Amino acid sequence: MALEENELKEGIQRWRFALVLGAFALLLFVVAARLVMLHTVEQPFLFEQGEKRTVRSEVQPASRGMIVDRHGEPLAVSTPVTTLWVNPQQVNTSELSQVAPLLELNAAELKRRVERAQRQGRSFYFVKRQVEPEVASRVLGKKIAGLYGDTDYRRYYPAAEVTSHTLGLVNIDGKGQEGLELAFDDYLSGKEGSRQVVKDLYGNVIKQLGVKAVAEPGHDLQLTIDLRLQYIAYRELKAVVQSHKATAGSAVMLDAKTGEILALVSQPSYNPNNRADLKPGNMRNRAVADLVEPGSTMKPFTVAAAIESGRYSPGTIVDTSPGWIRVKRKAIRDHRNYGELDLTGIITKSSNVGVSKLAQDLGADSMWQFFDHAGLGRPGTLGFPGEAVGSMPYPEQMDDLRLSTVSYGYGLSVSPLQLAESYTSFTDGCREHVSLLMSQVGQQPCERVMSEKTARQILDMLGTVVGPKGTGKRAAVEGYLVGGKTGTAHKVGRGGYEDSEYTAVFAGIAPISDPELVLVVIVDEPQGKEYYGGEVAAPVFSRVMEQALRLRQVIPDAPVEDEWLQVAGGSR
Amino acid sequence: MASTDFSRTVSTPSQHHTFDRSGAFFARLHIDLILLLLLIALATTGLAILYSGSGQEIGMVKRQAVHFGIGTLLLFITAQIPPRLYQLIAPWALAVGTLLLVGVLVAGVGAKGAQRWLDLPGPLPRFQPSELVKLALPLAVAWFMAKRPVPPRFRDLLQALVIIFIPTILILKQPDLGTSILISTSGLLVLFFAGMSWLLIFSMIGIVAAMAPVMWFFVMHAYQKQRVLTFLNPESDPLGSGWNIIQSKTAIGSGGIHGKGYLQGTQSQLEFLPESHTDFIIAVLAEEHGLIGVCLLLALYALIILRCLYISSRCETLFGRLLSGSMSVTFFIYVFVNIGMVSGILPVVGVPLPLVSYGGTSVVSLLLGFGLIMSMYTHRQRK
Repeated sequence: MALEENELKEGIQRWRFALVLGAFALLLFVVAARLVMLHTVEQPFLFEQGEKRTVRSEVQPASRGMIVDRHGEPLAVSTPVTTLWVNPQQVNTSELSQVAPLLELNAAELKRRVERAQRQGRSFYFVKRQVEPEVASRVLGKKIAGLYGDTDYRRYYPAAEVTSHTLGLVNIDGKGQEGLELAFDDYLSGKEGSRQVVKDLYGNVIKQLGVKAVAEPGHDLQLTIDLRLQYIAYRELKAVVQSHKATAGSAVMLDAKTGEILALVSQPSYNPNNRADLKPGNMRNRAVADLVEPGSTMKPFTVAAAIESGRYSPGTIVDTSPGWIRVKRKAIRDHRNYGELDLTGIITKSSNVGVSKLAQDLGADSMWQFFDHAGLGRPGTLGFPGEAVGSMPYPEQMDDLRLSTVSYGYGLSVSPLQLAESYTSFTDGCREHVSLLMSQVGQQPCERVMSEKTARQILDMLGTVVGPKGTGKRAAVEGYLVGGKTGTAHKVGRGGYEDSEYTAVFAGIAPISDPELVLVVIVDEPQGKEYYGGEVAAPVFSRVMEQALRLRQVIPDAPVEDEWLQVAGGSR
Repeated sequence: MASTDFSRTVSTPSQHHTFDRSGAFFARLHIDLILLLLLIALATTGLAILYSGSGQEIGMVKRQAVHFGIGTLLLFITAQIPPRLYQLIAPWALAVGTLLLVGVLVAGVGAKGAQRWLDLPGPLPRFQPSELVKLALPLAVAWFMAKRPVPPRFRDLLQALVIIFIPTILILKQPDLGTSILISTSGLLVLFFAGMSWLLIFSMIGIVAAMAPVMWFFVMHAYQKQRVLTFLNPESDPLGSGWNIIQSKTAIGSGGIHGKGYLQGTQSQLEFLPESHTDFIIAVLAEEHGLIGVCLLLALYALIILRCLYISSRCETLFGRLLSGSMSVTFFIYVFVNIGMVSGILPVVGVPLPLVSYGGTSVVSLLLGFGLIMSMYTHRQRK
C-alpha cells in the first residue's frame, strides 16, 4: 500500500501508463496491418473493382451507308439524331416535364410515366428517341440531373413514298426490315466502334481513355434507278390508280440495251419516314413481288417463236375465221371475226385464235423452249426480299388447251419486272438481265432468244399496235415511234377467272427505230367502264414514256413531215 | 466548492523545468510549441486532403480554414486559463452540457434521422451540445476524482459512474451511439488513470458483455443494428448500408503503395466514395497517396498522441494528469475508430477523422481540448 501511495505521488501509476501505451501501440499496429493488407494483398482485386466502377466501354454508333440513284441523288441517308433518356431514380419529374413542350410531348403524361418507372425501381426510361440534334441540345442545355442524350442515327428517305418499295426501310434501331435495306443490311450497316471512358457515379463522362475500335461507316449502295424517271413513273401510276379506283398498280422501266432498272414503282405506297402510319398492305413491292398473268402481252412471244421456227414470216396468212376455234371442248374466241390475218395482223388485232393456231402448229416442246429462253416463268434474279418466282407449265403439263391459253397469256405467271425483262429480247433478239445495282450492270451477258431480224420484225408489229388501227393506240408518244402490246387478263378469284375483275397491262418499247426504254405498266382491278389494257395502262405508258424520252434526250424518230402535217392540220 | 480543493495537488520531482530558448516565448504564452507545430502540420495536411475529398470545392476548404482559425484562437485562450479555473467550472460545464443535451432531445434539429444540433438564435451557427460534453465530461470526472483520495474508494467510483452515464444515455437517445461510446470511454479512462481496481474493470467489462444482448434487443435502433450487421458482412447489402464500406475499401485498396496521385483518385473524385469530405476522408488520402500517405498521416497522429501522453505524465496536478491523459487517449480512440471503420475492421459509427474531416464543431472542440491539455502542462504551481 505504501508503495502504491508512492507511485501515486508520481501521479498516475506507471503500469497504467504502460498499459495505455501498449494498447495504443497494439491498436495502431492493427490499423496499420489492416491498411497494409488493403493496400498490398487486396490491392489488385480492389483496384479492379475501382476500375469496374469508373471505366466503361461506350458504343460508338456507325452511320449506315447511303443509298443513291444512278446520278448520285440520295435516296436513303442517315442523319445524326439524339436519343434522350432519363434515369428515373435521379430525375426530378417536375423539372423534367418542363422540357416536354420542346419535345412535343404531353408534360403530364411524361411526368406520370417517369414516376411510374420510378416506382418500379427502373433506372432507364426513353424520353424520346431520334430527336433532332438542335432540339436535343436545347433540352440537354437545361442541365436536368438524370437526363442523358446518346448520339444515334436516323434513316431518312428524301423521296419518301416514291422509292419506298424498292428501298424498304429500317426499324428504329437501324436494322433493315424491308427491301434493299433488308437485302443489303450487312453491306449498308457499318461496324460499331467502342471507346473507353471514365464515368462518375451519375454516368457523366469525365474523360476519354482511348478508342478501342473505330466506328466504320457502312458502304454506300448505288442503284440503277433514275430518281427523275422514278418520280415520273410514280406520279403517272398513282394518277391512274386513283382515277380508275384501281386496287393496285405497278410500273417497271428498263434500259432496253442493258437491262438496268430505271424505275420501279408500285401502288399503293407508304411514307417510310413516318413509321406510325405503316400498313402491311401498302408495303408490298408489287413490281417485283406480285405475279400476274401476262394476258395478250404474251402474244408477241408466240409470234416470234413462229417466225424463229422458219416456217412463218410476218406476211404469212393465218385464217382466224369464224372468230373462234374449239380446243378440247373449249371455245377460244376473238372479239370478232377478223378473217384472214397475217402475223402482223394477229399482233395488231390481238387475235387469240391466231396465236392458238400458231402454238398448236409449233407444238408444246418448241414453244416451251422459246418461252424459257425469253425468261418467262423463271425465278427472279435480283435477290430482292419477297421476289416472286414465275411459273410456266412444262411441255408435259401442256395439253392442247393449255398450250393455246399459254400462247395468249393465261396459265402462266410472271412478275411485272420479269415481263419487262422478257420484252428486252425484242430490242435486238437478246434478253438483258435486269440489274438494280450499278455494280451488277453488265455482269451477265444477254441471253439470245431470237435473231436480230426476227426481233426487228416483232418490233415493227408492236409498232402497229400503237398505230391508228391497233388496240394500243393510246400508248402513242408524239414525236417518237413506239411499240407495245396491250393485255387484259381476268383476275383469278375463288372459283376461277372472275368475269368482272381485270388486270390491265401494257408492255412496250420506245423508240422502235433504236430501242432505248422498255416499260411495263400494270393496273390491278380498274373500276368503271374502261378496263382494257389499251384503255387504262396504255395512256400511262404514253405519258411516262413521253417524259422519259425527252428527259433522256432521245432523238425523236417519228417522220417530221407527219408531225408538221398534224400540227398544220390543227385536228386529228 | 471549497477553495482547499485546489491544494490537493501532487508535487512533481521535475521542478527544474526550465524552458529552452525557442520555447521560452511560447512558454510565457502557455503554449507547447511541439504540440502546436504538430497540430499545424495536421491541419495543413487535413485542408489539402479536404480539397480533394470535397470534389475540389475551394469554398469548403476556406470554411474549414476558418474553423481552424477559430479553433486555434480558442486554443490560445483556453491555454491561458489556469487549471484551477477549469477545476472550478468543470461541474458547471457538465451541468450546462447535460441541460443542453436535454434541450436537444426536446427541441433539437437534425439530419438523417437523428437530432444532434441546437439552433442558436441570431447569426450564431448550429451547435452540437455533445461536442461540449466531450470536453466537459472528462473535465468533470477528473475534477471529481482529483478531490477524492487515491486509490478511489468504491463509493466514489460508483458516483463517478453516475456522472458518466447520465450524459451518455442522453446522447444515446439522440440517437448517436458512436459519440455516446466515445464520451463514456473518455470518462472511464479518467477512472482508469485514477486507479480503478482491476476487479472493477473486469466486472464492468462483464456487465457490458452481459448488457450487449439487452442493448441489441431493447436499446439499439434499427439503423444501429443494421450498421452492426453490415459491419459483420458488408456484401449482404452492397447497394444499401454496405455501400459505404465497400466503396471505401475499394478506394483505399485501389490506391496501392504509392497511390494514384493528388486529385487523381477515381473513386473519390467521381463521387463513388460517399461522405468523402467527412467520415470517409481517409479513403481519399489512401487512394490518392497510397499506403505511404496513410502511414505518414498515422505517424503524425502517433506523434501528437505521444506528445500528449508525455505532457500528461509531466503535469503537476492529479487533475491535470487525469484530464490530459484521458483526452489524449480519447483523441487516439477517435483516430482508431475512424480508420477502423473506414477500413472495415469496425462498424460504421459515424466518427469523423480528427482535424481532417470537414466539420466546424468537431475542429473547434478538438483544438479547445488541446488548449486544455496545454494549460494543464504549462501552468506551474507557484511554490
